[in-house]
Amino acid sequence: MDGTKIRSALSMMDERGSGEGAGYAVYGAFPEFADYYAIHVFFDAVHESKAAVDRELGNWGTVVHEEEIPTYENRNIRKVHTPWRYFFKPDPSLMPRSETPEDDIVMHLVMKINTTIPGALVYASGKNVGIFKAAGWPEDVADFYRIQDYSGYIWLAHNRYPTNTPGWWGGAHPFNLLGWSVVHNGEITSYGTNRRFIESYGYRCTMYTDTEVVAYLFDLLVRRHGLRPEMAVKALAPPFWDDIDRMDAKERTLYKAVRLAYGSAMMNGPFAIVVAQRDGIVGFTDRIKLRPLVCGIAGSRLYISSEEAAIRTMEPGLDEVFMPRAGEPVVGRLGK
Amino acid sequence: MTRVTIDAAGMHYTPLNRRIREAIGAGADEIIITGVMGQRFIADGVRGRATIIIHGIPGGDLGMFMSGPTCIVYGNCDHAPGNTMDGGMIIIHGSAGDAVAHSMRGGKVFVRDTIGYRGGIHMKQYQDKCPVLVIGGEFRSYLGEYMAGGLILALGDPGKNSGKERGIGSGIHGGRIVIRGGPLDDRCLGVGAAQRPLSGEGYREIQPLIKEFADVFSLDPDPLLRDRYTEIVPSSSRPFANKYTWE
Repeated sequence: MDGTKIRSALSMMDERGSGEGAGYAVYGAFPEFADYYAIHVFFDAVHESKAAVDRELGNWGTVVHEEEIPTYENRNIRKVHTPWRYFFKPDPSLMPRSETPEDDIVMHLVMKINTTIPGALVYASGKNVGIFKAAGWPEDVADFYRIQDYSGYIWLAHNRYPTNTPGWWGGAHPFNLLGWSVVHNGEITSYGTNRRFIESYGYRCTMYTDTEVVAYLFDLLVRRHGLRPEMAVKALAPPFWDDIDRMDAKERTLYKAVRLAYGSAMMNGPFAIVVAQRDGIVGFTDRIKLRPLVCGIAGSRLYISSEEAAIRTMEPGLDEVFMPRAGEPVVGRLGK
Repeated sequence: MTRVTIDAAGMHYTPLNRRIREAIGAGADEIIITGVMGQRFIADGVRGRATIIIHGIPGGDLGMFMSGPTCIVYGNCDHAPGNTMDGGMIIIHGSAGDAVAHSMRGGKVFVRDTIGYRGGIHMKQYQDKCPVLVIGGEFRSYLGEYMAGGLILALGDPGKNSGKERGIGSGIHGGRIVIRGGPLDDRCLGVGAAQRPLSGEGYREIQPLIKEFADVFSLDPDPLLRDRYTEIVPSSSRPFANKYTWE
């Protein structure tokens, strides 16, 4: 699939945004560099910050290819950052005690660059994942990067209406770390607690907005702690205690343990979220359903959106449409 | 009879609503809108007696503040159709999203299939204005949340509307929620809500509504008329008297 349809679907929901941030994620964007981490960086000024980023990457591995991400002049987007991408191979021998040394090196690099190199922000770092975002309306951001020129097997798209923090390029969705990309409607009022929790595991929040923690929480819970995505959702949006009390003994023990272990990861506030990784997507809402989420199925394709009309804009002939229950994950896995 | 057809494909809701208002102003009895895809606020604030027939998937807040016309939708609605509607009718041949009939103050909303969370949130009534929401399929949690007046009638299969939903009538201080079937598990009820079997008088009140609903959607009314019903009402005349004020 190329980016044409998702652009038109997002455009249909312009009312949900304010023109201060939009973005797209596409999995399968870089087949020729599929085995390399696609490190995306916003530079305030390339000549000031890029040498430091190059040095940092060089310390931990090899850059096999790099380029300024192609953009096309758009009168509604002021190009305040220069987006750049590196295709990077970390040297696993440099992180000898890790079970996932390459991922850990890249995560370390993202946090290090974002906290120590002024004027450089790593906003994506997954293999074969392209992230295209900026401050602007969805159509303008799509045209700015010409997302119709990219093709992939999973697409995410988002239109932002910043409420608690100003809109800026780094605050546009999707948020990405390693394979994880996140789009979110709502606000995470437990951000302070979640941030303290996730920073105790070495993550650093640098994007001035709540959604960032969701990408890091998924990386921690699923990649590093080995939870299935469904269980990660149950940790972030857990069943109510009175529902847990009524479960059978085995389930009750499990959900009690999850709530106790991940109490500080639990997210409060209104949210509808879709998280993607290389082999699938998961969508879920807060447990009292303060934001909309609609799913559509057409053949082997799963669509998740805030509005049914957006799904039908992409796929007029749906086999099935449904609204998942609050807090219940909807998972789409890549077919073989 | 004057009939006006509008092709809404690719049209923003502002010009679409302008066309609807022009048609009503020119005395149209029936306005047929085709190709609707996500346009919000359709028929908001319109008055009169016209019938507006909508083909497609309208966006949120269909018929908000509407007073008089009838909207018939062939497709699913998004959030809050009938938001603060004052009079008239919305008939949905499909399902609807969250907060259906939000703050509704008069008229009727009929949904053939399911609705999302918080159906009938903060419906209200005053003197001769008594809004009615009838749901043919399942509903989700917080049905009739903060309800202050009016009637919600849920006709869905009682087996399907099982004990999964919570907070039904949470914060209710007026109006009634009538659900097909026997009593609910008490844990499904929200704070301030109480349930009781529907009285004979209550049943006589919903009978014409059931017949009208069945007629609109070409359903057999008999199984609905034969079944028993449970009524959910405020637990007292002022269930929250001590919550925000005290003497």
